[in-house]
Amino acid sequence: MSMTDNILEVKNLTMHYKTRKGPVYAVDDVSFVVRRGESIGLVGESGCGKTSIALSLMKLLPDNAEIKAGEIHINGVDIVPLSERALRDIRWKQISMVFQAAMNSLNPVYTVEDQIKEAMHYHLPRMSDEEMNSKIDNLFRMAGLDPAMKSQYPHQYSGGMRQRAVVAMALSCDPNIVIADEPTTALDVIVQDGLLKKMRELQRQLNMSMIYISHDIAVIAEVSERVGVMYAGKMVEFSTTVNIFHHPMHPYTMALMSAFPSIVGEKTELVVLPGEPPDLLDPPPGCRFHPRCPYATSICKEKEPEFREYEEGHFVACWHPGGEQA
Amino acid sequence: MASATIQPVRVTRSALWRMRLELFWRGLKTNWALFSENPIGLIGLGIILFFGLLAILHPILMHTVWSPNIYDPVSGFDMQVPISPSPPSLRHLLGTDPLGRDVLSQLMYSTRYEFGLGILSAVITVVIATTVGAFSAYYGGIIDMFFMRLADLVIMVPLIPILIVLAAFNPVGMIELGVVIGLLSGFGGTTIVIKSQGLAVKVKPYIEAARIAGGGDFHIIFSHMVPNLMPLSLLYMMFVVTGAIFSEAVLSFFGLTQIKMSWGLMINTTQVFGYLLRFDTWYLLIPASLAITLLCAAFYFVGRALDEVVNPRLRQR
Amino acid sequence: MTNNGVLVDIKHLSKLFPMGAGMFQRSKVFVHAVSDVSLRIRQGESVGLVGESGCGKTTTGKLLTRLLDPTAGSIDFQTKDGPVDIATLRGKAMKRFRRRVQMIFQDPYESLNPRLTINDTVAEPLNVQGIGSLVEREDRVVQLLESVGLTPAHSFLFRYPHELSGGQRQRVAIARALVVNPNFVVADEPTSMLDVSVRTSVMQLMGKLADEFNVTYLYITHDIAVARYMSDRLAVMYLGKIVELGDTEEVLHHPLHPYTKALLSAVPVPDPLHKRNPVVIKGQVSKPVNPLPRCRFYERCPLADKFCETHDHPPLEDHGSGHYVACYHV
Repeated sequence: MSMTDNILEVKNLTMHYKTRKGPVYAVDDVSFVVRRGESIGLVGESGCGKTSIALSLMKLLPDNAEIKAGEIHINGVDIVPLSERALRDIRWKQISMVFQAAMNSLNPVYTVEDQIKEAMHYHLPRMSDEEMNSKIDNLFRMAGLDPAMKSQYPHQYSGGMRQRAVVAMALSCDPNIVIADEPTTALDVIVQDGLLKKMRELQRQLNMSMIYISHDIAVIAEVSERVGVMYAGKMVEFSTTVNIFHHPMHPYTMALMSAFPSIVGEKTELVVLPGEPPDLLDPPPGCRFHPRCPYATSICKEKEPEFREYEEGHFVACWHPGGEQA
Repeated sequence: MASATIQPVRVTRSALWRMRLELFWRGLKTNWALFSENPIGLIGLGIILFFGLLAILHPILMHTVWSPNIYDPVSGFDMQVPISPSPPSLRHLLGTDPLGRDVLSQLMYSTRYEFGLGILSAVITVVIATTVGAFSAYYGGIIDMFFMRLADLVIMVPLIPILIVLAAFNPVGMIELGVVIGLLSGFGGTTIVIKSQGLAVKVKPYIEAARIAGGGDFHIIFSHMVPNLMPLSLLYMMFVVTGAIFSEAVLSFFGLTQIKMSWGLMINTTQVFGYLLRFDTWYLLIPASLAITLLCAAFYFVGRALDEVVNPRLRQR
Repeated sequence: MTNNGVLVDIKHLSKLFPMGAGMFQRSKVFVHAVSDVSLRIRQGESVGLVGESGCGKTTTGKLLTRLLDPTAGSIDFQTKDGPVDIATLRGKAMKRFRRRVQMIFQDPYESLNPRLTINDTVAEPLNVQGIGSLVEREDRVVQLLESVGLTPAHSFLFRYPHELSGGQRQRVAIARALVVNPNFVVADEPTSMLDVSVRTSVMQLMGKLADEFNVTYLYITHDIAVARYMSDRLAVMYLGKIVELGDTEEVLHHPLHPYTKALLSAVPVPDPLHKRNPVVIKGQVSKPVNPLPRCRFYERCPLADKFCETHDHPPLEDHGSGHYVACYHV
């Protein structure tokens, strides 16, 4: 793979939150690559570190969070050591984000237009007013909104429209990568369907790379070409979507797949994964999944498995990939 | 009862009250851990403890080293001091007032009453505000409207002037003052704050769960709403103490109270005898005013620190 | 259908919420949150009530548990002494009735009082109802905690909700609902706040307890995939009306109402190779504020025509083997 192919490379990213009770390693030694024009899904349960990865990629970390190790290359530039000033040229212009709750990412006292303009003024100071206006109209049309609505306030939008406005905002500075953190969680299925379709369409049209973050594996299955599965701050499996869903190798992925209900096909028994995700203040030694893993052996309790490429393009961190006995 | 196939566990029953005490203690310890992280709160608590010590020490001193004839805060007089007021000396660490009474003794004696006043008015406020707030929030409608308009009225009428008017008709003692302040702030601003918190509690699903369990209005108000309003009430208690001590000082300064001795009265005496604006008799003015300032500030500080314990959002992390 | 085996018989249930009413003026504008809903729930079955937010499913649940008083209609609940209309119960009779209908809430973080221990929370229905002696109540609480898989039970008794995980809290909520041995439990999105791996075990637990305690569920959810696993029959709601009702698999595989079809084709499928049908309806859910006397789905329906515009909302009619649909074009 050449450098130009990989628009984003994350290498051994480790990020922790300082808390009263000690450091919480929310992201621990995570590596993955996003190619130009590709959509990636990050899936995992709450507290698995998927949102922390997104915040690290945007370098929008809360005060008590710190990137302890690793590199994040965007278009070949490592953004980890960059200053806030230098990040200004990268954030929004190269990488932008659609947040979980659209209501919170739009300020209720400004019109939607003003908010998009503010971001554009900040990141594209040389753009003229007319250019900006026509650009915003264009963005609204792209996101499936009526440009006449741009001078309205966020509360006048419905939930789905608000989320579309946030998507329009994220695209305002023509980023190469857009991170969508649970973009549809608060939406009803029909509205979700429309928004996901729109986002996929835009991604192809603009040849952007997307990183979808969700706990809903059905949504991830629909929108991403490759999927990374996270568990307790670790990336445990990364491969093509078809591989992840039809040929999962990590026991956690296997459990997720068999625990997820679907409305199509035969009604198969849902398999219960015993236990609960570990406390990241005090994660179990060895493989973090071993207390809940049906295939765990003594080595799992002692040594952390390496994140390895078992098959072409199929990375797994497990001592017994596919459930085989060593 | 349904099938009793499962062996009952009888470990807990014997010591139900002990378990509850233990839980209470555990809760107290966690809250203390949070509170103690706040230096301002600790300073406030330190000052309060210091004054508490003064209050306790006074009767002990009066019964041991201080002769009542000389050191009594109201009627004491020292024959060995020729001119009063006299500056601090070894006999009178903070000097004597224009009537020849020991200033330190007055200061210490008053402390106990200041505490009493503050706590009385705070307790009255909290009981009224929590009950009224919970009922208003829970029932809404006419009850809510009545108490909220009453609260508006009480807030509109400024506290100190109304106390002055009341005192002019009938000079008030410490207890009356505490009751009046307690009533006024209980039906006033504190109620509104508690009620708005009550509205947030009222819509929680656990209130609905209690109703589905069969709980009546009183059960829901006293078992679910009030316990969730208590932390906030406690916080406002601290602010009421500050207000009460301050109000007493103002009223006493104007000589409108029927109180034998208080910090406000000490300043009043200073003023009446014309020593108020003189630097050389600082020992008449500074101790009492410093005590008022410090104790008011201390309760306020503790309140602010409690605020952080009660509202996790205000915490640093 | 005969009356035999029917536990809850909902007839023409409606709930209107006034809009913009002041202290001294009566509102002329109403949100028809639930409008003329009839549904029979049989003893021992589990009915799933699905629909988008604002369709009235939660309001229906609150009417059945009498958290809200219905505007019109009746809810006949079968007891030993014949049917009792929940909508008219008052005072002591209502309180006694609370033992038979319980509810499990969506958010396990908000449905447990943070200042009560697990013991106090689970024992609350027993205490309020005055069931059993103190000793019996404690045994019952322990027994229930064991049943919902919180073992050893006595280690949970004196803990506070914030010390438990989301899944454990929901188990406590289930224990509280079942502690009085109810016949009927309304479960309002009980798993929507839980993670996948925890969700499955809570779903399975609820199924197991339904048999063990002989409970009939009304399972309210927006997640049709979860409803598939939790319910024998499925009722689809749209703007305060049930538009389709039938056996779960039947409704999922052969949806008849255009709204159900759209809803089902919008549900994402956890299989990247699966191709869904396109969603053909337009627009978005509005609020049923003083709705016009025609099909509620008229504005968005791909089949809508003159007939639909001029006629009242279609009745819910049987289209064979208990598959009810409210549409003129089936």
